[in-house]
Amino acid sequence: MDSPFGLLAELTYRCPLGCAYCSNPLNMADYSDELATDEWRRVLAEARDLGVLQCHLSGGEPLLRRDLVEIVAAAHDLGLYTNLVTSAVGFSRAKAERLRAAGLDHVQVSIQAAEPAASDRIAGTPSFRRKIEAMGRVKELGWPLTVNVVLHRLNIDRVADVLALAEDVGADRLELANTQYYGWAWHNRAALLPSRAQLDAAERVVRAARERLRDRMDVLYVIPDYYSRYPKPCMGGWASRQLTVTPNGDVLPCPAAQSLPLPRASVREHPLAWIWTDAPVMTAFRGTDWMPQPCRGCERREVDFGGCRCQAFQLTGDAARTDPVCHLSPDHDMVARAVEAANGERAGDRPPVARPHLAR
Amino acid sequence: MDPSPAATRQRGRVVGGADRPRLARHVRLTFDRTRQRHVLLHPETVVVLHGTGAEILQLCDGRRTVAEIVAALAGRYRSVPDDEVRRFLDRLLARRWVELADGPELTDG
Ligand SMILES: C[S@@+](CC[C@H](N)C(=O)[O-])C[C@H]1O[C@@H](n2cnc3c(N)ncnc32)[C@H](O)[C@@H]1O
Ligand code: SF4
Ligand code: SF4
Repeated sequence: MDSPFGLLAELTYRCPLGCAYCSNPLNMADYSDELATDEWRRVLAEARDLGVLQCHLSGGEPLLRRDLVEIVAAAHDLGLYTNLVTSAVGFSRAKAERLRAAGLDHVQVSIQAAEPAASDRIAGTPSFRRKIEAMGRVKELGWPLTVNVVLHRLNIDRVADVLALAEDVGADRLELANTQYYGWAWHNRAALLPSRAQLDAAERVVRAARERLRDRMDVLYVIPDYYSRYPKPCMGGWASRQLTVTPNGDVLPCPAAQSLPLPRASVREHPLAWIWTDAPVMTAFRGTDWMPQPCRGCERREVDFGGCRCQAFQLTGDAARTDPVCHLSPDHDMVARAVEAANGERAGDRPPVARPHLAR
Repeated sequence: MDPSPAATRQRGRVVGGADRPRLARHVRLTFDRTRQRHVLLHPETVVVLHGTGAEILQLCDGRRTVAEIVAALAGRYRSVPDDEVRRFLDRLLARRWVELADGPELTDG
């Protein structure tokens, strides 16, 4: 077993925004007993000892943690590459300067659309203007800037505007992430899943822009796996390169894995090193031994690792099945039906349900 | 992981002897004691460096030219082919992990 490279530190699930595509768990209240500053310091040190080199500070909205600067400083002092993943609400000039001084390496700001009204509607909060200001601040203070936009049925037709916005603000990287259907996004899948025509048009725009911008900006396009023949190689394999710590200290291979019926493993009860090597939540699907057919005999088993366990569980009720997005999966019709509905006459009839705000 | 030579050419830019390479500002080079290797850190990726990669990059300070880097390495090793260093830098340039400053020497830090 290898050492993990990255830690996703989910500092809180509280958030001033209410994105209907949010991948956070629906049972947010279960995570309200958040790790204290010292507990995070210990987790970061244990992660570093385990071989972690990158620390993504996310949530919820990490800026709601009053001790964010201290946590960044602790990560930085351990030599971790620190990345703040934020909606940018709360990224004031003063806060930004303190984060800079604490050694924050990189900032990723998400925005919901390139047009103020649309962005605010999807975010459920007036926030567009503050996000643009925050992006300017990121650049002014000399950070590299990644802009992240989650794509779905309601904004994908304007992806050209998103590209232009990223260019305007001087982004170094633009992540165009097709919605992954976990948490609130799963709940809202029918409203969010785009049609094939929408995707084809967007992909043409993205390809052309990538060519045009190649010397200035990296354009990452996360494929819509419902429309792919093969699943995504989730996290580079279960518990192989990354680990996630949730706001209350549960350790997971990825944030979506909280939905699986596996015993909890908490940093409050066990050392991180033990959890990484031995906890059932980590060992359950590590490697290829757990695989059923058709994955077991498939030549792509070390390429995509049978896809996403959480998606398999969500769709079939069994986390150990082949990811149904794979066209070879015996359960593929479940995905095919959702895709068919997204291309049918009644597609997008009902608006999505906003994630409740939970800011304290 | 590595971009193909075609991708490098597409960028329209290859490294020349007079260029002064430096790491892009979103990339950091450090030593990882767990793996006992130098690593290049980037928001999404970690590249574990083998061989002379780390030494080449330690010399990429935006002041030394590629020719000077090759000469410095030649002092340490019996043979570091000039085109090997350039190919390595070409690949990182294509990924925008290395930037080139040509012309006047840079003064900022
Ligand atoms: C859960 S958010 C937390 C950080 C912060 N609140 C934000 O939204 O930027 C982490 C990242 O995941 C993205 N994201 C949220 N829901 C997603 C989904 N269903 N599919 C793909 N990406 C998603 C966000 O845009 C953000 O870049
Ligand atoms: S609601 Fe939006 S801003 Fe808040 S955590 Fe979810 S994706 Fe991020
Ligand atoms: S059968 Fe399994 S291993 Fe093969 S492509 Fe599909 S998901 Fe991947």
